[in-house]
Amino acid sequence: MSWLTPTVIDTVIAVVQAIVILLAAVVSGALLSFVERRLLGWWQDRYGPNRVGPFGSLQLAADMLKMFFKEDWIPVFADRKIFTLAPVIAMASLLLSFMIIPITPGWGVADLNVGLLFFFAMAGVNVYAVLFAGYASANKYALLGALRASAQTLSYEVFMGLSLMGVVAMAGTFNMRDIVTAQADMWNIIPQFFGFCTFLIAGVAVTHRSPFDQPEAEQELSDGYHIEYSGMKWGMFFVGEYIGVVLISALIATLFFGGWTGPWLPPIVWFLLKTGFFIMLFVLFRAALPRPRYDRVMSFGWKFCLPLTLINLLVTGAVILLNAPATS
Amino acid sequence: MTVENAQPAGAQSSWAIEEELLAFFGPDALTFQVTRTAMPVVWVARERLEEVMQFLKGVRQPYVMLYDLHGVDERLRTHRDGLPDADFTVFYQLMSLERNSDIMVKVALSERDLVIPSIVRHYPNANWYEREVFDMFGIDFSGHPHMTRILMPSTWNGHPLRKDYPARATEFDPYSMTMEGQDQAQEALKFDPEAWGMKRRTDDADFMFLNLGPNHPSAHGAFRIVLQLDGEEILDCVPDIGYHHRGAEKMAERQSWHSFIPYTDRIDYTGGVMNNLPYVLAVEKLAGITVTPRAEFIRVMMAEMFRINSHLLFLGTFLQDLGAMSPVFYAFTDRQKAYEVIEAITGFRMHPAWYRIGGVAHDLPNGWDRLIRGFIDWMPARLDEYERAMMDNAIVRERTRDVAAYTSREAFEWGVTGPNLRATGVDFDLRKKRPYSGYEKFDFDVPLASNGDVFDRGMLRIEEMRQSLRIIRQCMEHMPAGAYKADHPLTTPPPREKMLQHIETLITHFLQVSWGPVLKPNESMQMIEATKGINSYYLTSDGSTMSYRTRIRTPSYPHLQQIPAVMRGGFVPDLIAHLGSIDFVMADVDR
Repeated sequence: MSWLTPTVIDTVIAVVQAIVILLAAVVSGALLSFVERRLLGWWQDRYGPNRVGPFGSLQLAADMLKMFFKEDWIPVFADRKIFTLAPVIAMASLLLSFMIIPITPGWGVADLNVGLLFFFAMAGVNVYAVLFAGYASANKYALLGALRASAQTLSYEVFMGLSLMGVVAMAGTFNMRDIVTAQADMWNIIPQFFGFCTFLIAGVAVTHRSPFDQPEAEQELSDGYHIEYSGMKWGMFFVGEYIGVVLISALIATLFFGGWTGPWLPPIVWFLLKTGFFIMLFVLFRAALPRPRYDRVMSFGWKFCLPLTLINLLVTGAVILLNAPATS
Repeated sequence: MTVENAQPAGAQSSWAIEEELLAFFGPDALTFQVTRTAMPVVWVARERLEEVMQFLKGVRQPYVMLYDLHGVDERLRTHRDGLPDADFTVFYQLMSLERNSDIMVKVALSERDLVIPSIVRHYPNANWYEREVFDMFGIDFSGHPHMTRILMPSTWNGHPLRKDYPARATEFDPYSMTMEGQDQAQEALKFDPEAWGMKRRTDDADFMFLNLGPNHPSAHGAFRIVLQLDGEEILDCVPDIGYHHRGAEKMAERQSWHSFIPYTDRIDYTGGVMNNLPYVLAVEKLAGITVTPRAEFIRVMMAEMFRINSHLLFLGTFLQDLGAMSPVFYAFTDRQKAYEVIEAITGFRMHPAWYRIGGVAHDLPNGWDRLIRGFIDWMPARLDEYERAMMDNAIVRERTRDVAAYTSREAFEWGVTGPNLRATGVDFDLRKKRPYSGYEKFDFDVPLASNGDVFDRGMLRIEEMRQSLRIIRQCMEHMPAGAYKADHPLTTPPPREKMLQHIETLITHFLQVSWGPVLKPNESMQMIEATKGINSYYLTSDGSTMSYRTRIRTPSYPHLQQIPAVMRGGFVPDLIAHLGSIDFVMADVDR
């Protein structure tokens, strides 16, 4: 068994870990549709899905079955290649971002030194999914949805990056593991409170979740960019959105709430608890808030959030410089 | 025409405007008709119509609103003594708020020359009404900006409300649809911007024409509106109605006075028994029936229950249109509680058809007051919560403040009534101004607002629900004893106790049940403050078991016509907010 060198073993473990995390991300994203519906039902004086399996827990299986057997229809007027490509990008770009998240000290797919930058890149790629879907559908509602989505995502990504620069400056690195360990004394939520607020807002906007679900806006655009999709292609958009929710929640937990750290409980439990809390928060937003008008969302982003992140970054930088030991 | 029974209480026999008209136009130009519509009815020649309209709009205490406009096919009418010769009649009902009275102007037309000048110049909301008269009777309005069909498809043959147009499906050939016919129908639905005087592009912009509806989540039924968009800005829009048209007015001409009651329920399907009220009141005026105080109280109580029910549906869907997902579920919880009461009392939920000519279908069940009390104790806290959680929400305020606002003047011009009118600050509630069914006995306030925007229309309805609860409480506490139905030979169904006396009573009962009451020739009209605005039934009896002509004037129809005037320059989300705030149902628009 000479080929079983420590390098090979490490590689195999890493691959297995990666596959487990990938599956976990997809399953939790899909399962979230059930969790969200139950939570919404709970908050809205009704039951939610409770017929399939104990407490409705097999609802997801029923939904999947239905979706697989649906006709996977591509409109005759659509641009077939781009139409097919869009949902793939939607799901893949966000799934890839899971790579950089350190789940526990020993678990995680990749320990990139450009960690956060990779997430920004993937979030940028994700815009293309919406843009392609809206364009390729050759539908006016889809087009309006795609216009809204690209404008919104672009403007919110500007300050999403800036909102995290305070965190990066304090840790002195883009590496996610180092950012977690840098929070050993104090979680970033306290010194970087405004960074947290703006990142949360941007996160909601980037995943197109209510109240920033402008691109879909059922009441206005009757589902916007994915109006022409059906079957599994639509399912990929659907699951992609939930994966986005899980991803942003995991990022918030990691960047602002010390990731896996916490007393008494094992690291994995802390990570899941923190992530789960923010997932619930996303659902609560949807249950509680009406939708602001699209142009107000944009001006809120540019006129309020962007200056706030810049001031936050300036103050953080000043504090770091003041506390830095004199070099000369 | 002579009036045999005494005028019902409150009816007036002479009006100041009659003198003013006579002084201006002279006795030769005018023919006055005596009716039970509680307003002066004056016939004028076609050539002088525009003058009369101009006079009425400019007179001291002017007639500011064109309340209704429609036609009658007079060709089969037998009792027309003293009226000008006419094959067709077009009637105009104008409303003066300062006088708090109306006037009806009628114009006689001959079959050979069915043309009449359009009055769109004087009253902009005549536009849709004139199109409908053209659609239904084939009467042409000269000078109308866009004379096309409005309720029927543009490919339709014939004019349905004409007396020679069949009313039953069995009188037609069996229906068939060919591929070719389908393609034609589809083609006819395509929107042609040029036909509406719209440009497809300017030098620096191509416009998008967005078809919103007839299947759209926020269209509140089968309603279509075509938007001319520059980006997301609405440059112009064209509402398209008629997808929910069932010909209720035609059906009224083939149903007995009694058996038409269930059809009224389905006009404004969120209004339940509220729809029965104007119809039975108008029939009672024709028949000269005075209902008992108990019946009046029961009617008011149930009508107000349905007002709350309808406003709750409004509130839930309105907030949902603003993107708030949860309120509609809370509102439906409350509506379920209302329905439990309604169901226990009437036996039905949405369409009780519970009012009868002369009263209501049966007496209140044992324990009804306990049910009502349970509901009116439950609601106030819920209403406070809606106000705190939603109307005080910053996003809701930002979405609704100063959006789709219009002034009182514009509201008059477009025939806007009900809460949508009161949101502009006009204190006009028929329950106060022209009490019917005993509303003068109740103590309640008329909520008003001042901006006339989406927010005001929402807030006003929450306040109206509180006032309705007050009325219901008074009904509950002061419910008079006595009969729930008037003791009158024309009430329906006739009382069973009086049937088995001897053969004569049996025959009378049989006739009353089989073809129903026969009403003397006359015209009557009743307006009520319905859930969405002023709803009225204008009945013409030709001395038969059925109505000769039933005109159902609904509030939602002019409210939809107003949309383009309000929405130009707004954004798509503003349109959705406005649609939610109008509170319309398409059954109420298309009838």
